[in-house]
Amino acid sequence: MIGEHLAALQVVVPLMAAPIIVLVRRGAFAWALTMVVSIASLAIALALLVQVREVGVVSYALGSWAPPWGIEYRVDIVNAFVLVLIGLLATIGGPYAWRSFAAEVPEDQHYLGYAMFCLCLAGLLGIAITGDAFNLFVFLEISSLSTYVLIALGRERRALVASYQYLIMGTIGATFYVIGVGLLFLMTGTLNLHDLATRLGDVAHARPVLAALAFVTVGISLKLALFPLHFWLPNAYAYAPSVVSAFLAGTATKVAIYVLLRFYFTVFGKSEIFDSLPTQDIFLVLSVAAMFVASAAAAYQENLKHLLAYSSLGQIGYITLGIALANQAGLTGAIVHLFNHGVTKSALFLLAGCIWFRVHSLRFADLAGLARVMPLTCAGFVVGGLSLIGVPATAGFVTKWYLVLGALETGHWWIVFLPVVSSLIAVWYVWRFVEAAYFREPGPALIGIKEAPPILLLPAYVLVALTVYFGLDTSFTVGTASRAAEVLLGGLR
Amino acid sequence: MSAFSHFSYWVTIFLMIGGLYIVIARGNLVKKLVGLAIFQTSVYLLYIAPGKLIGGTAPIVADGFQVYSNPLPHVLILTAIVVGVATLALGLGLAVRIREAYGTIEEDEIADQDRATEREERGA
Repeated sequence: MIGEHLAALQVVVPLMAAPIIVLVRRGAFAWALTMVVSIASLAIALALLVQVREVGVVSYALGSWAPPWGIEYRVDIVNAFVLVLIGLLATIGGPYAWRSFAAEVPEDQHYLGYAMFCLCLAGLLGIAITGDAFNLFVFLEISSLSTYVLIALGRERRALVASYQYLIMGTIGATFYVIGVGLLFLMTGTLNLHDLATRLGDVAHARPVLAALAFVTVGISLKLALFPLHFWLPNAYAYAPSVVSAFLAGTATKVAIYVLLRFYFTVFGKSEIFDSLPTQDIFLVLSVAAMFVASAAAAYQENLKHLLAYSSLGQIGYITLGIALANQAGLTGAIVHLFNHGVTKSALFLLAGCIWFRVHSLRFADLAGLARVMPLTCAGFVVGGLSLIGVPATAGFVTKWYLVLGALETGHWWIVFLPVVSSLIAVWYVWRFVEAAYFREPGPALIGIKEAPPILLLPAYVLVALTVYFGLDTSFTVGTASRAAEVLLGGLR
Repeated sequence: MSAFSHFSYWVTIFLMIGGLYIVIARGNLVKKLVGLAIFQTSVYLLYIAPGKLIGGTAPIVADGFQVYSNPLPHVLILTAIVVGVATLALGLGLAVRIREAYGTIEEDEIADQDRATEREERGA
């Protein structure tokens, strides 16, 4: 009975939790319900993944209106994988949020923060699960609006400005997307993503379709913070409450990447639109720019969370590089990295939150000698950092392996060197933390500082453990990602 | 004639570019939001205008009517209007909070204050 409605429940459960939390107005209840909802989301996502592995595609007609007239929720292996990532990070963020919110957010705002978290979760899951282009826009705005509020909850006034800037850029991005969808709707008369794919064949060379592709690309690229469109991201991640940074860094940009994959491979893939466009070259250049410029910028940051945010921009470059390669190995690398980087970067942001919880600063000058007083936190951070670099036996290595394989397949030998060389920049910025924490004498700021409480360390360590586990046993991540890549490439002509 | 037949598109494009220009060119946080609202409004027109057929009626099957206007764009844009209102409300709410925290809503003055904070942190 429940089995057939899983796809709808995936979104409805967190969506309904938000108003209940606002009505009850109690922080403890809000936290408990958020925990339940997050675990339920993960369970539903895993159940959907199992279903999809057996049957291929789960299609759910909302309100029993048959697609393409009604809104269709369509789960295949690609978005099931993304759903699992979102559910996983929400579940792990839950226990952490209790202490993190207590330390960083005024108590009367706790329940509102949890309500926003549930809405954000519903929006992100909705983006991933829906098969309708306009429904996707609505979920995009639900997740974005709640994200702006979550960022503005940050303890510094700069969080407000960061949130405002993100609001402006995010709304421009979402509006660009909806302009693109509008043009597609005018040309084809449908909003269903799969129906669009078949109907675009007849009109692929019409100018509005080209304009639609451009608008959708720029709009989604703003959301996923592709290199020159990334200015909103560093401050938004740096000034948000710790648990919010961790959740967003692992999910928000990743879901936008999923939308890009969906449009490029499923919707536009069948038409001949890409034959005459240098899309692949553009993405290649921008990815490489992100890998080098943003990673280098990370190395010059004074604040640990800024460093992590810039490093995220560089890592997004790896994912888009895999998309630009557009072959089996490259795309597998992109999708694996989407998952692995989500887990790794969330772990690092959670650990940065642990450091702030004790030291009340994330500036490198204040972190000197940190490893003597917070050895566990620093050790976890180093493991996460190794995954960012791509050291073997960490999740980051798996990605680079597949990216290099994908690059070799294209025959352009110089692309092979790019992920390798840019890893050296990652070594540089991870080393800055190691140098500060392990090789400097502790300053007066660290006197009397203890290791972070277990309730904060444990969730972070679960993700650190997963980072190592997915580096050693790749059967789940690579197995799923390579099947997802097959599905996406199967959508091409 | 042909220029006039695309009248609604010209208005759409004018609003789109005008709104986006205001967002980029103005430093006042409230004026930026006005620009953003104009930008979003242009999208409403982009959807609604082509949905209207001259002489078309509501899509109810009845004798004597052959031409029907598509109601779907209106439904979509009703949703988009709600989203636009929510965005504007949240943006203005943030502008109020920024004004409380910084005492100004001019972007360059806020940036100056942030730079000063950063210098202090570095010195301390």
